[in-house]
Amino acid sequence: QNNLALYPRTASLKDEEEFTDILEERRCTTDLGYALRTFNPQPYKGAPSSSTSDLKKAVLESQYLRYIAKEIALETGSSVEKVRQEARGILEEMSHNLQLGFIRLMAYTVNKVFKRLFRSIYVNMEGLNMLQQAIQESPVILMPNHRSYVDFLIVSFILFTYDIPIPVIAAGIPLASMKVVGEILRRSGAFFIRRAIGSDKLYWAVLSEYVRTIVRTGCAPLEFYVEGFRSRTLKSVVPKLGMMDMVLEPYFKGEVFDITLVPISISYDRVVEESLLALELLGVPKPKESTTGLFKASRVLQEDYGCMHVNFGRPLSVRQLCEGKINRSEYNLIPRDLPQRPSTEIQDCVNWVAHLIVRTQEEGSLISPWSLMACLLLQAPITTLTEEGLQWHGLTEKTLWLRKLVLDFRGRLNWPDSDVMSSTVALHHSIVHHKAGRVCLVQDGDPASQDPLSPEEGVMRTAAAVLMLVSYRNQALHVFVRPGILATAIHITKSTQKDELFSFFCFLRDVFANEFIFIPGRASQDFDEACSLLQKCGAVHMSEQEVTVLETGLEVLSFLQKLLQPFLDSYQLIFRYLCENGAHVFTEKQFLPAVQNLATKLILSGDLHTFEVLSSDTQKNVLSALRRLEAVTKLRASQQNEYKVNKAAVRRTGDILCKIICDIPVKIKLLFCVRLENFVLFFTLLSLK
Amino acid sequence: MCHTFPALTSDRSSRICSLLYKHGSSMASNSSGSDSSDRQRIAQQRLSVIAGHLQRPVEGNSGILAAECKAQGDKLDVSSERRTVPRRRQEIMKWNGWGYSDSKFLYNKKGQAEFTGKRYRLSGMIIPGLREWMESTFGANLQHKTPAAPILNSSAVQPPTLNEAFLKELKSTGIPFSHDAEDRVFRSHGHCLHEIFALREGKIGRVPDLVVWPNCHNDVVKIVELACKHNVCLMPYGGGTSVSSALECPPEETRSIVSLDTSQMNRILWIDEKNLTAHVEAGIVGQDLERLLNESGYCTGHEPDSMEFSSLGGWVATRASGMKKNIYGNIEDLVVHIKMVTPQGVIEKSCQGPRMSTGPDVHHFIMGSEGTLGVVTEVTMKIRPMPEYQKYGSVVFPNFEMGVACLREVARQRCAPASIRLMDNEQFKFGHALKPQVSSIFTSFLDGLKKFYITKFKGFDPNRLCVATLLFEGDREKVLQHEKQVYDIAAKFGGLAAGEDNGQRGYMLTFVIAYLRDLGMDYYVIGESFETSVPWDRVLDICRNVKARIVRECKDKGVQFPPLSTCRVTQTYDAGACVYFYFAFNYRGLSDPVHVYEQVEHAAREEILANGGSLSHHHGVGKLRKEWMRETISSVGMGMLRSVKDYVDPNNIFGNRNLL
Repeated sequence: QNNLALYPRTASLKDEEEFTDILEERRCTTDLGYALRTFNPQPYKGAPSSSTSDLKKAVLESQYLRYIAKEIALETGSSVEKVRQEARGILEEMSHNLQLGFIRLMAYTVNKVFKRLFRSIYVNMEGLNMLQQAIQESPVILMPNHRSYVDFLIVSFILFTYDIPIPVIAAGIPLASMKVVGEILRRSGAFFIRRAIGSDKLYWAVLSEYVRTIVRTGCAPLEFYVEGFRSRTLKSVVPKLGMMDMVLEPYFKGEVFDITLVPISISYDRVVEESLLALELLGVPKPKESTTGLFKASRVLQEDYGCMHVNFGRPLSVRQLCEGKINRSEYNLIPRDLPQRPSTEIQDCVNWVAHLIVRTQEEGSLISPWSLMACLLLQAPITTLTEEGLQWHGLTEKTLWLRKLVLDFRGRLNWPDSDVMSSTVALHHSIVHHKAGRVCLVQDGDPASQDPLSPEEGVMRTAAAVLMLVSYRNQALHVFVRPGILATAIHITKSTQKDELFSFFCFLRDVFANEFIFIPGRASQDFDEACSLLQKCGAVHMSEQEVTVLETGLEVLSFLQKLLQPFLDSYQLIFRYLCENGAHVFTEKQFLPAVQNLATKLILSGDLHTFEVLSSDTQKNVLSALRRLEAVTKLRASQQNEYKVNKAAVRRTGDILCKIICDIPVKIKLLFCVRLENFVLFFTLLSLK
Repeated sequence: MCHTFPALTSDRSSRICSLLYKHGSSMASNSSGSDSSDRQRIAQQRLSVIAGHLQRPVEGNSGILAAECKAQGDKLDVSSERRTVPRRRQEIMKWNGWGYSDSKFLYNKKGQAEFTGKRYRLSGMIIPGLREWMESTFGANLQHKTPAAPILNSSAVQPPTLNEAFLKELKSTGIPFSHDAEDRVFRSHGHCLHEIFALREGKIGRVPDLVVWPNCHNDVVKIVELACKHNVCLMPYGGGTSVSSALECPPEETRSIVSLDTSQMNRILWIDEKNLTAHVEAGIVGQDLERLLNESGYCTGHEPDSMEFSSLGGWVATRASGMKKNIYGNIEDLVVHIKMVTPQGVIEKSCQGPRMSTGPDVHHFIMGSEGTLGVVTEVTMKIRPMPEYQKYGSVVFPNFEMGVACLREVARQRCAPASIRLMDNEQFKFGHALKPQVSSIFTSFLDGLKKFYITKFKGFDPNRLCVATLLFEGDREKVLQHEKQVYDIAAKFGGLAAGEDNGQRGYMLTFVIAYLRDLGMDYYVIGESFETSVPWDRVLDICRNVKARIVRECKDKGVQFPPLSTCRVTQTYDAGACVYFYFAFNYRGLSDPVHVYEQVEHAAREEILANGGSLSHHHGVGKLRKEWMRETISSVGMGMLRSVKDYVDPNNIFGNRNLL
């Protein structure tokens, strides 16, 4: 049946119509003919045509690198020539070698593979048109999200198809070490960055000069993942600032008039490496990137992965973004070729821009029906899911209800016209199966196996399936986070006072700042947004001072609160572990398995209802959050990532989270009078009471 | 109060007669011809110098002169009969535009641009390319005119607020004064766009209440004493060429405002040939100073673009810069001694030593004080014998980047000619559009051939190439040697010598560009220039960014036509360069064009500062750029200037409110 018929056409559906399936045309022409098409893009008008070797030469001979080489030579006692030799080596390892021939080869292969994997690849033509325009006017930075290896070359593929200059792409060095493939990627425009550069001054210098030179000369669009890596959870990752700094610096220093940032949102119906991701999060190491591994993975080619959406966002002018936020004259007094630590004003601005981009990526991504189903499936008791299964009818009803909520919350939906629910479930047969009016979770391994699993192994097996579901839920989370946090605040504080709710909202926003993307300094806008969305869907009534829950809104509020409950539970558990565990100092290596053990025990005893705390991602996020809140500090001298925990501080945070402390709002207000950096001070105040 | 205007280039020089102004027979378009006439003329001048020495003592006694200052006719004054600027400026100058009343651009009945009058070499000539350039650059149209109010309507001028007691005592001194509306309006403005635009619309704001014309230092002393006694606001006025709103009467000023016009203090009091200095009254305008010194075989070599009208006192008060500063230095290098009348009395040094270590140089409180501390009355300046030989030149570069690299190298080798300027592509085209009609087929054939050689044979892109203009000065042999050195450097940067003619025309155009703005304003086009100084490594970036900012701001502010946004590197220094920007646009369709213009200029200045450029290289701060002073010189710096002002002029008698 056609579910859509029940609903009026909406804005987000209109958006959908603007997408064009680029594979459709590919399927009608020969692959070879496509790969050999004339490619004659309009480049950036200010750019002199320069070759890869010109670029390398410019980097090596830059005043900046000369200076750093001299400095390093002085520090290490080696000769300048030696240091420069080393720099040359680094650059060779790093540098891209973009060649049209290989772009064609890449396009040929990618075309073949994608036609196999996906039913369609939808691209918004308007976004491409704006990009084409922007590329001629200033250096362009393409900033896609990264959810799958598959998307590494998708942007290049699309740009090749539409006669737009091919980007150079920042990639992790492991890709480079893949035989043959590494070289093909390099010649398709990839340049390779080591992981964990740490304090290698020369490496930083070469990398940053390389990146800046690309931006300065505008010789090619630059593509990089501001999230830093592929998100294992399919949730947006808090942006990394290193690359962002390098990319924006030419603007700050006036070396270019403007830089254009283009956020790109790539959404999948089904992610190719879904099962690998879950295992990785549970601590099963990720297979090393290798060419043979790639061929082994070729069995993925047999599968159906539905559709892919590539949404090119509106180009953003760095100049406009930064207007009024920074004063560029701070670079006036030191030669621009010398390294200069940017002011906090500039750093904050970079951080802000990076967050803004990730938020924009979120807003541009399309939510599939499957994500909504995942949200709902995860709110069912786990035994229902694994054993008798969830009623199909109830699930579809509720999914349609949720669809409306998403539209109310201005989310973008990918809601195909034909038989949505069943085809979606069919597509995800590896996670759920639909039989006899019920939907069950598929668990890996043969249930009829001779060796019965230990209870712990059973937990892990279920966890693997749940975490897959979690990642699809995560694709929709960004729409719900802000109203969800408000719903949680209402639930915990039981208050109707707007300012109390705002305080608690801010508190949650701060605690979960590593979990969800919040643009720094926009707490009150976020709160206002949450309020207006809840009001819009009829969940609450707003007045000047108060937020009252409406009878009709209970369903929405309870859905939202339950959506975020796993995060609260996970954080609570880890806080508890840190407080109750004897040691004040621990290493990351001890911490992760210990939390996992504790959680497994509690799940078995029925005291813990979420599997998400088993995910190493959650565990690391909690650690980062506590470090940010200064309840945990990293020991500097330590070689192996040792942390020191301030138990009182952790306990207090946990107590506020579940409202053990009475009269919280007053104290939270106190907290936010001082800034969050003074968290510890706040806790001291609390303990005094 | 010097430098004005856009100027494609500048030379209103000691060579004024031969180069810019039309004289006698020749309009030398052929360089060898001008060479020989040059030599002849120098020889004649030398003779006249010698004759001068025989006829009269050149050095006078300044004490005696000062005492006699009102009896002008009797004095040992080199100049009195031939001064350029009369008390009533309206006799020769426009009241709502640039320069002499008889000289202006207009489109004749055939729709061709022509320049009227007889004063300049371009006077009476047809400029065939101008119309098309204006139409294609601005989208201007001869059908769409915006004529100026033809005459000054005296009734629009507020009646003067006179301080009767002051007036009474002033009368008794015998110093000439006037409260005639025209006289007052003439001294109420400089040449900022908004000032001229308002005048053209017949709008007149606060104007001075009285104009006084002191004849000498002692007159000034008396006026300042009376002003202090009666609490009257004094605003010194020199040549009126300010482009910083420095002459605007502060609207919040409630006292009677007296404009102190120094134009009648215009004598060279003595020339010291042993030390090569001249002692000059500060009201003399540049062209008179050079002409009179030339008669004695000397020159100062100080040639700001505004030198026809700007005054010595104005140069000192704004820290002026001349186009030949590479040889002669800027005003701070040229000045040996300054006399200034302040409310606390007269400030001057006790001797004329060429350099002193006596604490911070008090001259530097005066230079750049923009009329806030007192009136500069007399200045001793360095002079030089007139150069034996002068030669123009030009170089075409494939692009602006190469041109800047060449100028940087010239500066590095410290071999800059008297003047070296690099125009960007848009300005090059502009210069081209101002080529007067060529009379001979041969010349136009040669031009075509040159163009062919550069664009087709050498492969220069006509939309990217740019041109540097050069002026060499000195003795003949050295000039030729110097020229070779510079051309050799240029060749390394892809530069091709493009002839003396192009160079000479480039400099000649400097002065007409100010007239050209008036023509633009007749057809919906408004614009202005502004300048900055910047370290070498930022020159390219600042040029690109500021030009792009102007274009973007215009678009954002709803300007319907693409603006002209162009620049030129106009001076070189060891550590940086001076950059001039020109900015003009067609304002059809805008309700408040001047406001839009000001917003764009403001944004452009912000851009300059963000790119490491200075607030001003030589135009000064005035009131237009005051808001950026604190960030420019720091709060302590402001405090230092403030305390000097507070000591020297506690009652704010010099109340033009510039600078601070």
